[in-house]
Amino acid sequence: MAKKILAVLEQREGTLKKSAFEVTSLTARIASEIGCEAEAVVVGSEIKNLNETAKYGVGKLTHLKNGELQNYSSSAYTEVLSNYANEAGADILIFSNTALGKDLAPRIAVKLDSGCLMDCIKLDASNGLVATRPIYAGKALMDVKLTTDKKIISIRPNVFKAEFSDNSVEPQVTVKEINSPNLSSKVTEFKKAEGKLDVAEADIIVSGGRGIKGPENFHLIEELADALGAAVGASRAVVDAGWRPHREQVGQTGKTVSPTLYVACGISGAIQHLAGMSSSKYIVAINKDKDAPIFNVADYGIAGDIFEVLPVLTEEIKKAK
Amino acid sequence: MKIAVCVSNVPDTATRIKIGSDGKSIDPAGVTFIINPYDEYAIEEALKTKEKLGGGEVVILTLGGDGSKETIRKALAMGADSAVLLKDDSPRDSMGIAKALADEIKAMEAELVFMGKQSVDYDNSIVGQLTSELLGYNCVSVAVTFELNDRQIVAEREIEGGREVVQTSLPAIITCQKGLNEPRYASLKGIMAAKKKTIEEKPAKDVVSSTEILKMYLPPPKQAGRILGTDSSAVSELVKLLKEEAKVI
Repeated sequence: MAKKILAVLEQREGTLKKSAFEVTSLTARIASEIGCEAEAVVVGSEIKNLNETAKYGVGKLTHLKNGELQNYSSSAYTEVLSNYANEAGADILIFSNTALGKDLAPRIAVKLDSGCLMDCIKLDASNGLVATRPIYAGKALMDVKLTTDKKIISIRPNVFKAEFSDNSVEPQVTVKEINSPNLSSKVTEFKKAEGKLDVAEADIIVSGGRGIKGPENFHLIEELADALGAAVGASRAVVDAGWRPHREQVGQTGKTVSPTLYVACGISGAIQHLAGMSSSKYIVAINKDKDAPIFNVADYGIAGDIFEVLPVLTEEIKKAK
Repeated sequence: MKIAVCVSNVPDTATRIKIGSDGKSIDPAGVTFIINPYDEYAIEEALKTKEKLGGGEVVILTLGGDGSKETIRKALAMGADSAVLLKDDSPRDSMGIAKALADEIKAMEAELVFMGKQSVDYDNSIVGQLTSELLGYNCVSVAVTFELNDRQIVAEREIEGGREVVQTSLPAIITCQKGLNEPRYASLKGIMAAKKKTIEEKPAKDVVSSTEILKMYLPPPKQAGRILGTDSSAVSELVKLLKEEAKVI
Protein backbone atom coordinates (compact mmCIF):
# COMPACT_ATOMS: atom_id res chain seq x y z
CA MET A 1 0.00 0.00 0.00
CA ALA A 2 1.17 3.44 -0.84
CA LYS A 3 2.26 5.56 2.08
CA LYS A 4 2.82 8.94 0.54
CA ILE A 5 1.95 10.71 -2.71
CA LEU A 6 4.19 13.50 -3.83
CA ALA A 7 2.79 16.16 -6.17
CA VAL A 8 5.65 17.50 -8.29
CA LEU A 9 4.78 21.08 -9.16
CA GLU A 10 6.11 23.27 -11.92
CA GLN A 11 6.92 26.95 -11.73
CA ARG A 12 7.77 29.21 -14.58
CA GLU A 13 9.47 32.53 -13.95
CA GLY A 14 8.75 32.24 -10.26
CA THR A 15 5.02 31.45 -10.41
CA LEU A 16 3.37 28.04 -9.99
CA LYS A 17 1.63 27.09 -13.22
CA LYS A 18 -2.06 26.22 -13.57
CA SER A 19 -1.05 22.62 -14.25
CA ALA A 20 0.58 22.55 -10.79
CA PHE A 21 -2.84 23.00 -9.19
CA GLU A 22 -4.31 20.25 -11.36
CA VAL A 23 -1.60 17.96 -9.98
CA THR A 24 -2.25 19.19 -6.43
CA SER A 25 -5.99 18.62 -6.67
CA LEU A 26 -5.55 15.10 -8.04
CA THR A 27 -2.94 14.26 -5.40
CA ALA A 28 -5.29 15.34 -2.62
CA ARG A 29 -8.11 13.28 -4.11
CA ILE A 30 -6.09 10.08 -4.60
CA ALA A 31 -4.49 10.39 -1.16
CA SER A 32 -7.89 10.60 0.51
CA GLU A 33 -9.22 7.71 -1.60
CA ILE A 34 -6.44 5.35 -0.64
CA GLY A 35 -5.87 6.84 2.79
CA CYS A 36 -2.25 7.93 2.60
CA GLU A 37 -0.27 11.11 3.12
CA ALA A 38 0.07 13.81 0.47
CA GLU A 39 2.64 16.51 0.03
CA ALA A 40 3.99 18.71 -2.74
CA VAL A 41 7.42 19.73 -3.91
CA VAL A 42 8.70 22.38 -6.29
CA VAL A 43 12.17 23.26 -7.56
CA GLY A 44 13.07 26.87 -8.25
CA SER A 45 14.54 30.14 -7.07
CA GLU A 46 12.08 32.77 -5.80
CA ILE A 47 8.46 31.53 -6.14
CA LYS A 48 5.50 33.77 -5.44
CA ASN A 49 2.33 31.76 -4.97
CA LEU A 50 3.45 28.81 -2.83
CA ASN A 51 0.65 29.17 -0.27
CA GLU A 52 -1.99 28.55 -2.91
CA THR A 53 -1.56 24.77 -3.01
CA ALA A 54 -3.29 24.52 0.39
CA LYS A 55 -6.55 25.67 -1.22
CA TYR A 56 -6.38 22.64 -3.50
CA GLY A 57 -6.03 20.26 -0.58
CA VAL A 58 -2.29 19.79 -0.06
CA GLY A 59 -0.82 21.92 2.71
CA LYS A 60 2.67 20.53 3.06
CA LEU A 61 4.95 21.91 0.37
CA THR A 62 8.72 21.78 0.15
CA HIS A 63 10.55 24.33 -1.97
CA LEU A 64 13.94 23.05 -3.14
CA LYS A 65 15.67 26.34 -3.61
CA ASN A 66 18.77 27.63 -5.33
CA GLY A 67 19.35 30.72 -7.49
CA GLU A 68 20.61 28.47 -10.30
CA LEU A 69 17.37 26.50 -10.34
CA GLN A 70 15.06 29.23 -11.63
CA ASN A 71 15.38 27.71 -15.10
CA TYR A 72 15.07 24.03 -15.82
CA SER A 73 18.18 21.87 -15.68
CA SER A 74 17.49 18.20 -16.38
CA SER A 75 20.56 17.08 -14.43
CA ALA A 76 20.00 19.28 -11.39
CA TYR A 77 16.23 18.83 -11.18
CA THR A 78 16.64 15.05 -11.46
CA GLU A 79 19.21 15.01 -8.69
CA VAL A 80 17.41 17.23 -6.18
CA LEU A 81 13.96 15.77 -6.79
CA SER A 82 14.96 12.13 -6.63
CA ASN A 83 16.91 12.82 -3.43
CA TYR A 84 13.89 14.54 -1.97
CA ALA A 85 11.46 11.77 -3.00
CA ASN A 86 13.67 9.23 -1.24
CA GLU A 87 14.07 11.36 1.84
CA ALA A 88 10.33 12.00 2.08
CA GLY A 89 9.54 8.32 1.57
CA ALA A 90 7.19 9.02 -1.35
CA ASP A 91 6.03 6.00 -3.29
CA ILE A 92 3.73 7.66 -5.81
CA LEU A 93 4.84 10.77 -7.69
CA ILE A 94 2.46 12.76 -9.87
CA PHE A 95 3.67 15.16 -12.56
CA SER A 96 1.89 17.21 -15.18
CA ASN A 97 2.64 16.04 -18.72
CA THR A 98 4.12 19.38 -19.74
CA ALA A 99 7.44 19.77 -21.57
CA LEU A 100 9.15 19.78 -18.18
CA GLY A 101 7.13 16.86 -16.81
CA LYS A 102 7.82 14.75 -19.88
CA ASP A 103 11.51 15.39 -19.59
CA LEU A 104 11.83 14.99 -15.85
CA ALA A 105 9.40 12.20 -14.83
CA PRO A 106 11.22 9.39 -16.69
CA ARG A 107 14.60 10.41 -15.25
CA ILE A 108 13.20 10.29 -11.74
CA ALA A 109 11.71 6.89 -12.56
CA VAL A 110 15.18 5.52 -13.31
CA LYS A 111 16.57 7.01 -10.11
CA LEU A 112 13.77 5.55 -7.99
CA ASP A 113 13.67 2.25 -9.88
CA SER A 114 10.00 2.78 -10.55
CA GLY A 115 7.84 2.41 -13.62
CA CYS A 116 6.42 5.42 -15.33
CA LEU A 117 3.11 6.10 -17.13
CA MET A 118 2.79 9.29 -19.10
CA ASP A 119 -0.06 11.47 -20.32
CA CYS A 120 -2.80 9.80 -18.29
CA ILE A 121 -6.34 11.09 -18.70
CA LYS A 122 -7.99 9.06 -15.94
CA LEU A 123 -6.71 7.61 -12.70
CA ASP A 124 -8.71 5.07 -10.72
CA ALA A 125 -7.44 4.27 -7.24
CA SER A 126 -10.17 1.80 -6.30
CA ASN A 127 -8.26 -1.30 -7.41
CA GLY A 128 -4.56 -0.55 -7.45
CA LEU A 129 -3.77 2.52 -9.44
CA VAL A 130 -5.23 2.02 -12.91
CA ALA A 131 -4.42 4.70 -15.46
CA THR A 132 -6.16 5.33 -18.74
CA ARG A 133 -3.95 6.77 -21.43
CA PRO A 134 -4.48 7.54 -25.11
CA ILE A 135 -2.26 5.69 -27.58
CA TYR A 136 -1.85 6.17 -31.33
CA ALA A 137 -2.52 9.87 -30.69
CA GLY A 138 -5.94 9.06 -29.28
CA LYS A 139 -7.11 6.56 -31.89
CA ALA A 140 -7.19 4.02 -29.05
CA LEU A 141 -7.02 3.98 -25.26
CA MET A 142 -5.30 1.66 -22.84
CA ASP A 143 -5.99 0.86 -19.21
CA VAL A 144 -2.69 0.05 -17.61
CA LYS A 145 -1.05 -0.21 -14.24
CA LEU A 146 2.47 -0.17 -12.94
CA THR A 147 3.80 -3.34 -11.37
CA THR A 148 6.70 -1.61 -9.60
CA ASP A 149 6.58 -0.71 -5.89
CA LYS A 150 7.10 2.96 -6.60
CA LYS A 151 4.98 4.59 -9.23
CA ILE A 152 5.35 7.66 -11.41
CA ILE A 153 2.39 9.11 -13.24
CA SER A 154 2.09 12.17 -15.45
CA ILE A 155 -1.30 13.64 -16.24
CA ARG A 156 -2.41 15.42 -19.37
CA PRO A 157 -2.84 19.16 -18.76
CA ASN A 158 -6.41 20.51 -18.90
CA VAL A 159 -8.04 17.14 -18.22
CA PHE A 160 -8.01 16.86 -14.44
CA LYS A 161 -9.58 20.00 -13.03
CA ALA A 162 -7.91 22.08 -10.36
CA GLU A 163 -10.63 22.29 -7.73
CA PHE A 164 -10.68 23.95 -4.35
CA SER A 165 -10.73 21.35 -1.62
CA ASP A 166 -13.64 21.03 0.81
CA ASN A 167 -11.25 20.16 3.61
CA SER A 168 -9.37 23.32 4.36
CA VAL A 169 -5.72 22.74 5.12
CA GLU A 170 -3.16 25.21 6.39
CA PRO A 171 -0.25 26.07 4.09
CA GLN A 172 2.93 24.61 5.53
CA VAL A 173 5.81 25.67 3.30
CA THR A 174 9.35 24.51 4.01
CA VAL A 175 12.27 26.00 2.11
CA LYS A 176 15.21 23.72 1.62
CA GLU A 177 18.36 25.36 0.30
CA ILE A 178 20.21 23.28 -2.27
CA ASN A 179 23.97 23.52 -2.47
CA SER A 180 25.90 23.34 -5.75
CA PRO A 181 23.39 21.55 -7.98
CA ASN A 182 24.67 19.40 -10.86
CA LEU A 183 24.42 21.68 -13.89
CA SER A 184 25.86 19.35 -16.54
CA SER A 185 22.78 20.27 -18.60
CA LYS A 186 21.32 23.71 -18.19
CA VAL A 187 18.94 26.12 -19.85
CA THR A 188 20.77 29.33 -20.66
CA GLU A 189 17.94 31.20 -22.32
CA PHE A 190 14.21 31.05 -23.02
CA LYS A 191 13.19 32.22 -26.48
CA LYS A 192 9.57 33.21 -26.36
CA ALA A 193 7.55 32.30 -29.43
CA GLU A 194 5.22 34.74 -31.12
CA GLY A 195 1.59 34.07 -30.36
CA LYS A 196 0.08 34.49 -26.98
CA LEU A 197 -1.04 31.00 -26.09
CA ASP A 198 0.27 27.53 -26.73
CA VAL A 199 -2.15 24.93 -28.12
CA ALA A 200 -0.91 22.39 -25.57
CA GLU A 201 -2.12 24.54 -22.70
CA ALA A 202 -5.08 26.39 -24.12
CA ASP A 203 -8.67 25.95 -23.02
CA ILE A 204 -9.96 27.10 -26.41
CA ILE A 205 -8.24 26.48 -29.76
CA VAL A 206 -9.09 27.91 -33.17
CA SER A 207 -7.37 25.94 -35.93
CA GLY A 208 -6.99 26.64 -39.61
CA GLY A 209 -6.59 24.12 -42.41
CA ARG A 210 -5.97 24.15 -46.11
CA GLY A 211 -9.31 25.85 -46.66
CA ILE A 212 -7.71 29.10 -45.55
CA LYS A 213 -5.87 29.08 -48.91
CA GLY A 214 -2.70 30.89 -47.89
CA PRO A 215 -0.75 32.32 -44.94
CA GLU A 216 -1.97 35.81 -45.80
CA ASN A 217 -5.51 34.79 -44.80
CA PHE A 218 -4.58 33.39 -41.40
CA HIS A 219 -5.48 36.70 -39.77
CA LEU A 220 -9.10 35.50 -39.97
CA ILE A 221 -8.17 32.61 -37.67
CA GLU A 222 -6.12 34.86 -35.39
CA GLU A 223 -8.92 37.40 -35.05
CA LEU A 224 -11.43 34.75 -34.03
CA ALA A 225 -8.86 33.30 -31.60
CA ASP A 226 -8.35 36.75 -30.09
CA ALA A 227 -12.07 37.26 -29.67
CA LEU A 228 -12.37 33.91 -27.88
CA GLY A 229 -9.15 34.22 -25.90
CA ALA A 230 -7.96 31.12 -27.73
CA ALA A 231 -4.71 29.67 -29.02
CA VAL A 232 -4.13 29.36 -32.76
CA GLY A 233 -3.70 25.84 -34.13
CA ALA A 234 -3.07 24.44 -37.59
CA SER A 235 -3.50 21.26 -39.58
CA ARG A 236 -0.52 19.31 -40.86
CA ALA A 237 -1.15 20.42 -44.45
CA VAL A 238 -0.81 24.04 -43.39
CA VAL A 239 2.38 23.39 -41.41
CA ASP A 240 3.96 21.27 -44.13
CA ALA A 241 3.21 24.04 -46.64
CA GLY A 242 5.22 26.37 -44.40
CA TRP A 243 2.27 28.67 -43.70
CA ARG A 244 2.44 28.16 -39.94
CA PRO A 245 5.12 26.98 -37.49
CA HIS A 246 5.17 23.35 -36.38
CA ARG A 247 4.49 24.20 -32.75
CA GLU A 248 0.90 25.04 -33.79
CA GLN A 249 0.26 21.68 -35.45
CA VAL A 250 -2.57 19.63 -33.98
CA GLY A 251 -2.70 15.92 -34.75
CA GLN A 252 -0.69 12.75 -34.73
CA THR A 253 2.67 14.28 -35.66
CA GLY A 254 1.83 17.49 -33.84
CA LYS A 255 0.13 17.98 -30.52
CA THR A 256 -2.73 15.95 -29.13
CA VAL A 257 -5.09 18.35 -27.41
CA SER A 258 -8.23 18.22 -25.27
CA PRO A 259 -9.47 21.79 -24.89
CA THR A 260 -12.96 22.74 -23.78
CA LEU A 261 -13.68 24.19 -27.21
CA TYR A 262 -12.02 23.39 -30.53
CA VAL A 263 -12.99 25.41 -33.60
CA ALA A 264 -11.84 23.81 -36.87
CA CYS A 265 -11.88 26.22 -39.80
CA GLY A 266 -11.33 24.95 -43.32
CA ILE A 267 -10.12 21.60 -41.96
CA SER A 268 -11.49 18.51 -43.68
CA GLY A 269 -10.46 16.15 -40.86
CA ALA A 270 -7.74 13.71 -41.91
CA ILE A 271 -7.53 10.72 -39.58
CA GLN A 272 -4.28 12.06 -38.04
CA HIS A 273 -5.96 15.37 -37.24
CA LEU A 274 -9.10 13.81 -35.83
CA ALA A 275 -6.97 11.60 -33.57
CA GLY A 276 -5.32 14.68 -32.12
CA MET A 277 -8.43 16.70 -31.28
CA SER A 278 -11.47 14.40 -31.04
CA SER A 279 -11.32 14.34 -27.25
CA SER A 280 -12.04 18.07 -27.10
CA LYS A 281 -15.16 18.73 -25.06
CA TYR A 282 -16.94 20.77 -27.73
CA ILE A 283 -16.04 20.89 -31.40
CA VAL A 284 -17.19 23.44 -33.93
CA ALA A 285 -16.45 22.87 -37.62
CA ILE A 286 -16.73 25.38 -40.41
CA ASN A 287 -16.01 23.91 -43.81
CA LYS A 288 -17.67 24.34 -47.14
CA ASP A 289 -17.69 20.60 -47.92
CA LYS A 290 -20.66 19.23 -45.98
CA ASP A 291 -19.31 15.67 -46.41
CA ALA A 292 -15.94 16.44 -44.77
CA PRO A 293 -15.06 13.92 -42.00
CA ILE A 294 -14.63 16.78 -39.51
CA PHE A 295 -18.44 17.03 -39.32
CA ASN A 296 -18.56 13.48 -37.96
CA VAL A 297 -16.91 14.65 -34.74
CA ALA A 298 -18.26 18.21 -34.57
CA ASP A 299 -20.99 19.15 -32.12
CA TYR A 300 -21.94 22.18 -34.18
CA GLY A 301 -21.15 22.74 -37.81
CA ILE A 302 -21.57 25.36 -40.46
CA ALA A 303 -21.18 23.85 -43.94
CA GLY A 304 -20.19 27.15 -45.45
CA ASP A 305 -17.37 29.30 -46.77
CA ILE A 306 -14.95 30.27 -43.98
CA PHE A 307 -14.19 33.57 -45.71
CA GLU A 308 -17.82 34.55 -45.38
CA VAL A 309 -18.52 32.96 -41.98
CA LEU A 310 -15.42 33.79 -39.92
CA PRO A 311 -15.62 37.62 -39.91
CA VAL A 312 -19.28 37.47 -38.85
CA LEU A 313 -18.52 34.87 -36.17
CA THR A 314 -15.66 36.97 -34.79
CA GLU A 315 -17.96 40.01 -34.51
CA GLU A 316 -20.76 38.02 -32.87
CA ILE A 317 -18.38 36.50 -30.33
CA LYS A 318 -17.07 39.94 -29.41
CA LYS A 319 -20.63 41.10 -28.85
CA ALA A 320 -21.60 38.04 -26.85
CA LYS A 321 -18.74 38.35 -24.37
CA MET B 1 32.98 8.83 -33.30
CA LYS B 2 30.20 6.29 -33.29
CA ILE B 3 26.72 7.82 -33.57
CA ALA B 4 23.75 5.61 -32.84
CA VAL B 5 20.26 6.29 -34.16
CA CYS B 6 17.40 4.43 -32.52
CA VAL B 7 14.70 3.70 -35.05
CA SER B 8 11.34 2.12 -34.44
CA ASN B 9 8.88 0.47 -36.71
CA VAL B 10 5.34 1.82 -36.22
CA PRO B 11 1.91 1.67 -37.89
CA ASP B 12 1.47 4.27 -40.61
CA THR B 13 -0.23 7.35 -39.17
CA ALA B 14 -3.02 6.92 -41.74
CA THR B 15 -3.90 3.57 -40.12
CA ARG B 16 -7.30 3.03 -38.62
CA ILE B 17 -6.56 1.14 -35.41
CA LYS B 18 -8.40 -2.10 -34.66
CA ILE B 19 -8.17 -3.88 -31.33
CA GLY B 20 -6.84 -7.44 -31.32
CA SER B 21 -8.90 -10.41 -30.14
CA ASP B 22 -7.10 -10.49 -26.76
CA GLY B 23 -8.41 -6.98 -26.04
CA LYS B 24 -4.92 -5.92 -24.98
CA SER B 25 -3.14 -5.18 -28.25
CA ILE B 26 -3.86 -3.88 -31.70
CA ASP B 27 -4.76 -6.13 -34.58
CA PRO B 28 -1.79 -5.98 -36.98
CA ALA B 29 -3.79 -7.40 -39.91
CA GLY B 30 -3.74 -5.00 -42.82
CA VAL B 31 -1.55 -2.47 -41.02
CA THR B 32 1.31 -0.90 -42.99
CA PHE B 33 4.40 -0.32 -40.90
CA ILE B 34 6.72 2.64 -41.48
CA ILE B 35 9.74 4.32 -39.93
CA ASN B 36 8.51 6.28 -36.94
CA PRO B 37 8.17 9.79 -38.48
CA TYR B 38 10.27 11.51 -35.79
CA ASP B 39 13.09 8.99 -36.31
CA GLU B 40 13.65 10.36 -39.81
CA TYR B 41 14.79 13.64 -38.24
CA ALA B 42 17.10 11.62 -36.00
CA ILE B 43 18.67 9.80 -38.95
CA GLU B 44 19.12 13.06 -40.86
CA GLU B 45 20.74 14.79 -37.88
CA ALA B 46 23.13 11.88 -37.36
CA LEU B 47 24.16 11.91 -41.02
CA LYS B 48 24.61 15.69 -40.98
CA THR B 49 26.71 15.45 -37.84
CA LYS B 50 28.91 12.76 -39.37
CA GLU B 51 29.38 14.88 -42.51
CA LYS B 52 30.30 17.89 -40.43
CA LEU B 53 32.79 15.93 -38.37
CA GLY B 54 34.25 14.55 -41.58
CA GLY B 55 34.15 10.99 -40.31
CA GLY B 56 32.63 8.55 -37.90
CA GLU B 57 30.05 5.86 -38.14
CA VAL B 58 26.27 6.01 -38.03
CA VAL B 59 24.69 2.85 -36.63
CA ILE B 60 20.95 2.19 -36.71
CA LEU B 61 19.68 0.52 -33.57
CA THR B 62 16.25 -1.10 -33.59
CA LEU B 63 14.38 -3.27 -31.15
CA GLY B 64 11.79 -5.51 -32.72
CA GLY B 65 11.03 -8.58 -34.77
CA ASP B 66 11.95 -9.55 -38.33
CA GLY B 67 9.21 -7.20 -39.53
CA SER B 68 11.47 -4.27 -38.59
CA LYS B 69 14.07 -5.15 -41.21
CA GLU B 70 12.36 -3.27 -43.99
CA THR B 71 12.34 -0.13 -41.89
CA ILE B 72 16.03 -0.66 -41.06
CA ARG B 73 16.83 -0.98 -44.78
CA LYS B 74 15.16 2.37 -45.38
CA ALA B 75 17.32 3.95 -42.70
CA LEU B 76 20.41 2.38 -44.23
CA ALA B 77 19.35 3.64 -47.65
CA MET B 78 19.33 7.20 -46.32
CA GLY B 79 23.05 6.74 -45.64
CA ALA B 80 23.60 5.05 -42.28
CA ASP B 81 26.60 2.71 -42.21
CA SER B 82 25.32 -0.36 -40.43
CA ALA B 83 22.55 -1.62 -38.18
CA VAL B 84 21.92 -3.68 -35.10
CA LEU B 85 18.57 -5.38 -34.59
CA LEU B 86 17.83 -6.35 -31.02
CA LYS B 87 15.42 -9.19 -31.52
CA ASP B 88 12.26 -9.30 -29.50
CA ASP B 89 8.94 -10.28 -30.98
CA SER B 90 6.74 -9.26 -28.08
CA PRO B 91 5.92 -5.63 -27.36
CA ARG B 92 7.69 -3.97 -24.43
CA ASP B 93 7.00 -0.93 -22.33
CA SER B 94 9.23 2.14 -22.52
CA MET B 95 11.42 1.07 -19.61
CA GLY B 96 11.97 -2.33 -21.20
CA ILE B 97 12.93 -0.71 -24.50
CA ALA B 98 15.26 1.76 -22.78
CA LYS B 99 17.07 -0.98 -20.85
CA ALA B 100 17.73 -2.95 -24.03
CA LEU B 101 18.88 0.15 -25.92
CA ALA B 102 21.11 1.33 -23.08
CA ASP B 103 22.74 -2.08 -22.91
CA GLU B 104 23.63 -2.04 -26.59
CA ILE B 105 24.64 1.65 -26.73
CA LYS B 106 27.08 0.93 -23.94
CA ALA B 107 28.41 -2.14 -25.71
CA MET B 108 28.97 -0.29 -29.00
CA GLU B 109 30.41 2.75 -27.16
CA ALA B 110 28.30 5.30 -29.00
CA GLU B 111 28.83 8.70 -27.42
CA LEU B 112 26.12 10.47 -29.35
CA VAL B 113 22.65 9.04 -29.84
CA PHE B 114 19.72 10.43 -31.77
CA MET B 115 16.16 9.20 -31.69
CA GLY B 116 12.66 10.50 -32.38
CA LYS B 117 11.08 12.45 -29.53
CA GLN B 118 8.34 9.84 -29.36
CA SER B 119 7.16 6.87 -31.32
CA VAL B 120 3.70 7.34 -32.72
CA ASP B 121 2.32 4.14 -31.26
CA TYR B 122 2.31 4.20 -27.46
CA ASP B 123 3.19 7.91 -27.35
CA ASN B 124 4.95 7.83 -23.98
CA SER B 125 7.74 10.14 -25.24
CA ILE B 126 10.23 8.96 -22.63
CA VAL B 127 12.56 6.36 -24.13
CA GLY B 128 15.35 8.88 -24.79
CA GLN B 129 15.25 10.32 -21.29
CA LEU B 130 15.10 6.86 -19.68
CA THR B 131 17.99 5.59 -21.77
CA SER B 132 20.15 8.61 -20.97
CA GLU B 133 19.53 8.28 -17.27
CA LEU B 134 20.32 4.54 -17.38
CA LEU B 135 23.61 5.33 -19.12
CA GLY B 136 24.46 8.48 -17.18
CA TYR B 137 24.43 10.45 -20.46
CA ASN B 138 23.19 13.99 -20.86
CA CYS B 139 19.97 14.37 -22.81
CA VAL B 140 18.10 17.07 -24.66
CA SER B 141 14.54 16.05 -25.47
CA VAL B 142 12.30 17.52 -28.18
CA ALA B 143 15.23 19.22 -29.92
CA VAL B 144 14.54 21.61 -32.79
CA THR B 145 18.15 22.75 -33.23
CA PHE B 146 21.42 20.95 -32.54
CA GLU B 147 25.02 22.09 -32.64
CA LEU B 148 28.11 20.19 -31.65
CA ASN B 149 31.40 22.01 -31.14
CA ASP B 150 34.25 19.92 -29.87
CA ARG B 151 32.37 18.05 -27.14
CA GLN B 152 30.02 20.88 -26.26
CA ILE B 153 26.37 20.81 -27.31
CA VAL B 154 23.97 23.69 -27.72
CA ALA B 155 20.45 22.62 -28.62
CA GLU B 156 17.06 24.26 -28.49
CA ARG B 157 14.12 22.28 -27.19
CA GLU B 158 10.47 23.08 -27.75
CA ILE B 159 8.42 23.86 -24.66
CA GLU B 160 5.08 25.58 -24.08
CA GLY B 161 5.22 29.06 -25.53
CA GLY B 162 8.75 28.95 -26.92
CA ARG B 163 12.13 27.29 -26.85
CA GLU B 164 14.70 26.60 -24.19
CA VAL B 165 18.35 26.91 -25.19
CA VAL B 166 20.16 24.01 -23.52
CA GLN B 167 23.88 23.77 -22.98
CA THR B 168 25.37 20.38 -22.32
CA SER B 169 28.11 18.03 -23.49
CA LEU B 170 28.89 14.55 -24.76
CA PRO B 171 28.06 11.78 -24.14
CA ALA B 172 24.47 12.66 -24.91
CA ILE B 173 21.13 11.54 -26.28
CA ILE B 174 19.12 13.95 -28.41
CA THR B 175 15.43 13.29 -29.05
CA CYS B 176 14.32 14.91 -32.29
CA GLN B 177 11.28 17.01 -33.06
CA LYS B 178 9.81 17.93 -36.44
CA GLY B 179 11.49 21.13 -37.59
CA LEU B 180 15.02 20.04 -36.63
CA ASN B 181 15.93 19.43 -40.28
CA GLU B 182 14.57 18.23 -43.61
CA PRO B 183 15.17 14.48 -43.82
CA ARG B 184 16.81 13.49 -47.10
CA TYR B 185 15.27 11.04 -49.51
CA ALA B 186 17.14 7.82 -50.15
CA SER B 187 18.86 7.93 -53.54
CA LEU B 188 18.77 4.96 -55.89
CA LYS B 189 22.45 4.47 -55.12
CA GLY B 190 21.66 4.55 -51.42
CA ILE B 191 18.93 1.96 -51.84
CA MET B 192 21.30 -0.35 -53.75
CA ALA B 193 24.07 0.15 -51.19
CA ALA B 194 21.68 -0.56 -48.32
CA LYS B 195 21.13 -4.07 -49.62
CA LYS B 196 24.79 -4.89 -49.01
CA LYS B 197 25.03 -3.33 -45.56
CA THR B 198 24.96 -5.65 -42.60
CA ILE B 199 22.17 -5.91 -40.07
CA GLU B 200 23.66 -7.54 -37.02
CA GLU B 201 21.03 -9.49 -35.10
CA LYS B 202 21.22 -10.27 -31.43
CA PRO B 203 18.72 -11.06 -28.69
CA ALA B 204 17.47 -8.02 -26.79
CA LYS B 205 18.30 -7.92 -23.12
CA ASP B 206 15.62 -9.63 -21.08
CA VAL B 207 13.82 -7.41 -18.62
CA VAL B 208 10.89 -7.68 -16.26
CA SER B 209 8.04 -5.46 -17.45
CA SER B 210 7.15 -2.54 -15.20
CA THR B 211 3.62 -2.28 -16.55
CA GLU B 212 0.60 -4.47 -17.01
CA ILE B 213 -1.85 -3.66 -19.78
CA LEU B 214 -5.37 -4.45 -18.60
CA LYS B 215 -7.18 -3.60 -21.80
CA MET B 216 -7.12 -1.62 -24.99
CA TYR B 217 -10.21 -0.20 -26.58
CA LEU B 218 -11.42 2.41 -29.00
CA PRO B 219 -12.71 5.70 -27.65
CA PRO B 220 -16.50 5.94 -27.69
CA PRO B 221 -17.50 7.29 -31.09
CA LYS B 222 -18.33 10.93 -30.98
CA GLN B 223 -21.95 11.67 -31.80
CA ALA B 224 -22.11 13.66 -35.00
CA GLY B 225 -23.64 16.97 -34.16
CA ARG B 226 -25.81 19.40 -35.98
CA ILE B 227 -25.12 21.31 -39.14
CA LEU B 228 -26.61 24.67 -38.31
CA GLY B 229 -26.54 26.17 -41.77
CA THR B 230 -24.51 26.85 -44.86
CA ASP B 231 -23.52 30.48 -44.42
CA SER B 232 -23.12 33.26 -41.87
CA SER B 233 -26.86 33.33 -41.16
CA ALA B 234 -26.16 30.33 -38.90
CA VAL B 235 -23.66 32.27 -36.80
CA SER B 236 -26.14 33.72 -34.32
CA GLU B 237 -27.50 30.25 -33.54
CA LEU B 238 -23.94 28.93 -33.15
CA VAL B 239 -23.04 31.69 -30.71
CA LYS B 240 -26.24 31.08 -28.76
CA LEU B 241 -25.46 27.35 -28.48
CA LEU B 242 -21.89 28.02 -27.40
CA LYS B 243 -23.17 30.34 -24.76
CA GLU B 244 -26.23 28.53 -23.48
CA GLU B 245 -25.77 24.84 -24.26
CA ALA B 246 -21.99 24.36 -24.21
CA LYS B 247 -21.42 27.30 -21.86
CA VAL B 248 -17.95 27.87 -23.26
CA ILE B 249 -18.22 31.60 -23.85
